[in-house]
Amino acid sequence: MNWTGRRLPRTEDPALLRGEGAFTADLAAGARAVRFLRSPYAAGRILSITAPDLPPGALLITGADLEGVGAIRPELFRFNYRAIAQPVLPRERVHFVGQPVAAVVAATPEEAEDIAETILLDIEPEDPVVTIDDALRPGTPTLHAEAPGNLVVDGTIRHPDCEAAFARADRIVELTLRSGRQNATPMEARAGLAAYDRATGRIRLTASCQMPHMLRTGIATLLGMAEADLQIVAPDVGGGFGQKMALFPEYPLLVWLARRHRGSFCWVEDRNENLIASAHSREQRHHLRAAFAADGTLLGLEADILANTGAFSCYPTTCGVEPLMALAEYPGPYRLPTYAARARALATNTCPAAPYRGVSRPVVTFGLERLMDRAAAALGIDPVALRRRNLVTEFPHVTPTGLTLDQASYVEALDRAVEAADIPAFRTRQQAARREGRYLGLGLAVFNERTGYGTPAFAARGMGIVPGYEVVDIAMTPAGEVEVRIGASPHGQGLRTALAQLAADRLGLDPSRIRVIHGDTDRTPYGWGSFASRGAVIAGGATQLAADKLAARLRRAAARLLQAEPESIALRDGAAWAGEASIPLTEIARRVHQRSEQLSDLDGFNLAETAQYDPGGTFSNACHVAEVEVDAETGHVRVLRFLVVEDAGRLLNPLIADGQVHGGVAQGIANALLEEVLYAPDGNPLTGSLADYLPPSAAEIPPIEIIHMETESPETLTGAKGLGEGGTIGAPAAIANAISDALAPFGVDITELPATPARIRALIRNAR
Amino acid sequence: MTKTPIRLTVNGVPHDIAVEPRRTLADALRDDCGLTGTHLGCEHGVCGACTVLLDGEVVRACLHFAIQADGRTIRTVEGLATPDGTLNPLQHAFWQHHGLQCGFCTPGFLMLATWLLEQEEPVDEARLRHVLSSNLCRCTGYQNILTAVRAAAQAIGKWTEAA
Ligand code: FES
Ligand code: FES
Repeated sequence: MNWTGRRLPRTEDPALLRGEGAFTADLAAGARAVRFLRSPYAAGRILSITAPDLPPGALLITGADLEGVGAIRPELFRFNYRAIAQPVLPRERVHFVGQPVAAVVAATPEEAEDIAETILLDIEPEDPVVTIDDALRPGTPTLHAEAPGNLVVDGTIRHPDCEAAFARADRIVELTLRSGRQNATPMEARAGLAAYDRATGRIRLTASCQMPHMLRTGIATLLGMAEADLQIVAPDVGGGFGQKMALFPEYPLLVWLARRHRGSFCWVEDRNENLIASAHSREQRHHLRAAFAADGTLLGLEADILANTGAFSCYPTTCGVEPLMALAEYPGPYRLPTYAARARALATNTCPAAPYRGVSRPVVTFGLERLMDRAAAALGIDPVALRRRNLVTEFPHVTPTGLTLDQASYVEALDRAVEAADIPAFRTRQQAARREGRYLGLGLAVFNERTGYGTPAFAARGMGIVPGYEVVDIAMTPAGEVEVRIGASPHGQGLRTALAQLAADRLGLDPSRIRVIHGDTDRTPYGWGSFASRGAVIAGGATQLAADKLAARLRRAAARLLQAEPESIALRDGAAWAGEASIPLTEIARRVHQRSEQLSDLDGFNLAETAQYDPGGTFSNACHVAEVEVDAETGHVRVLRFLVVEDAGRLLNPLIADGQVHGGVAQGIANALLEEVLYAPDGNPLTGSLADYLPPSAAEIPPIEIIHMETESPETLTGAKGLGEGGTIGAPAAIANAISDALAPFGVDITELPATPARIRALIRNAR
Repeated sequence: MTKTPIRLTVNGVPHDIAVEPRRTLADALRDDCGLTGTHLGCEHGVCGACTVLLDGEVVRACLHFAIQADGRTIRTVEGLATPDGTLNPLQHAFWQHHGLQCGFCTPGFLMLATWLLEQEEPVDEARLRHVLSSNLCRCTGYQNILTAVRAAAQAIGKWTEAA
């Protein structure tokens, strides 16, 4: 029986469907409540924090209490990175609205909130730096002395022959684009519960996080405590999308409280806090210049990348993650002979930036794919033909930034998408609609997605903390079930099911006999987590290796018991077979553990193995097609159709894979049309509720059609490529191109996302 | 603050509790009744994670005060499966069609769909989308939630192709 590749419903689901999942806030009973006081100013000097009448039993914690606690200060050893320090609670200055400046502890959340309102926060406001333009303006205030000119990252790649390519070009196409700021907006906001265990002196932090092992190391280091005395548990986590990767100041404060006061302390973030003070992403401005030959061949690309990365630098990736990913991955799936780019991260008095699904690639793809459409118009070449002419077709291919593209289907996916979209029929509809004064548009986005990359890729970024590998411990219990302990920490991706499918095939077991254990630093090997579309590739590869090692042990034991050669043993249907003879795996497991005198000379006294996997990475690819209708009066955009041709290699569970594409595309559509974090000029956030910041509902998301291609990666053990971020990466560009197509009669196109009704109305107004 | 004694009948079980007047129904369910299946995604009436049925009407538990529910009956996600944990047909449809990923929004969607399927009115595509657009899910892009509720409606003969 082949379990891998089947649309197996998830083992994760029944408890969640019964409302029996355990999210962090569900576990808070008995803990004292923590409420953070947050800065009301974007920039300012703290004069005093006083509590006129603190009721008995309540606590007020300020930076002055945290003597000896370190600051969050992630490192990057390249690209002119300036390390800036974020105190857990500041003592002198505040740097963004929402920054935690003090914590109140009381018996209940209501009381803590009441008390928080009585605290006098005396802060002298200073001039804030809010936008990219503010940060660059000569003479602007400097946020951090360590980063003169508010420049935290300044990376450059310049091929010497780039200028020559532009000199020889028949056509130079330029584009300046802007991407609005977004919040990943997991439906469960952040939450943490730190509990002191008096019997052992250890602390357990239960937190809604994506990287429990990293959090443990980070917090132990900040607090100067033994890492062995800290356990991190990621229970059910209500979405993360990158936002919950970071080490936020709230978590070390909770652990500090639990240690100092020998008790349990719980903080459950409210939506307003999450919207203004967790992490933001994607506020970028790119200027692109591309050199083309008359026949449409791309000769060279120049990119100037600016990212507003907020007040501090997120741990462990640093705020370099956005601009530097853009710097490295701008060539995309295209053959690009020469490249020159500069990427800067700018500090401002806004919420710090952190990874959000796709990181920079939604913006990069928006840039490249808009550029392709603009170039096609300028050169008088069909946009599909222009893309086909420039897409990479021979693999492996080394990009001008040194990335190796493995076997993929860039042109084939484009062709499949074009065929399925039936562009000629669309053009007929579009013409008919225009005669009625209706504006339909169709847009394409072709892209590749770097996934499943291990240590070398992160090390190349010069990171102080280099993630990458995953370790899997596997063991068969004496009763014959298999436990798979993974360092990765899924939160909605269905890894428990998909890894059980993989292991089931290697061991000849039913997946229901396999337990995948994750999200607990006491019970799993050190590992990194679920981010960067890596679960199926890296945790999958390590699981496969570990299962193979366990299978080899089972075969050796079976060979002894069946008096056959280990090579002749097959594992299937829960038994080991030598021809017609068989022995149940449960019996082997029992004998290894409890009749070890028969077998221990083979492999010892248990059935435990460990395996590690650290691949170089693989590129999945896709083509997205969007069809939209734009109301030229109101500026409203309706998405009529959305088509995805996705190639993520071998699919471990297509049901789960489709779900990842659906969710990603919905976030991408929202990126294109709805979601934008806005700040007033004084640095006050204007989008502090879900009535102002607008994640999409079922009314805004059309049916999403998916066609899978399966180009297996030679670079990964499972043949799988990651696909967790692709939906988010391609959709904004496809929608932007579709709106631009619809608005072609007005001679305008989309260079700023989200394309809100107000922006579209302004474009049309200015064109008329 | 003084507390008022109230009785909430949740999934058929009476809970005699005492709450401050400002306590929301959601907090009372979660903290006083110990029923943490009702989730809080925004506490300002937008996301619908806290959706429950109050005397058969679909409501946002974060926007109701617990004392407003005194003496009334409430249905929450914990009441859907049988006591031995067997999923009801709607839950089963969510499972089979992968209508959840992180599962945080799921209780709210299940209660919203429960209400929808208990109405007299048959369900067509437009009504399905209209009703389900009152809740937010960040993971699924809604595709499989719609598929699951559609399948559940079909199974009980509530589905109609055209309005
Ligand atoms: S928590 Fe009630 S609507 Fe969001
Ligand atoms: S399944 Fe995660 S929010 Fe809906």
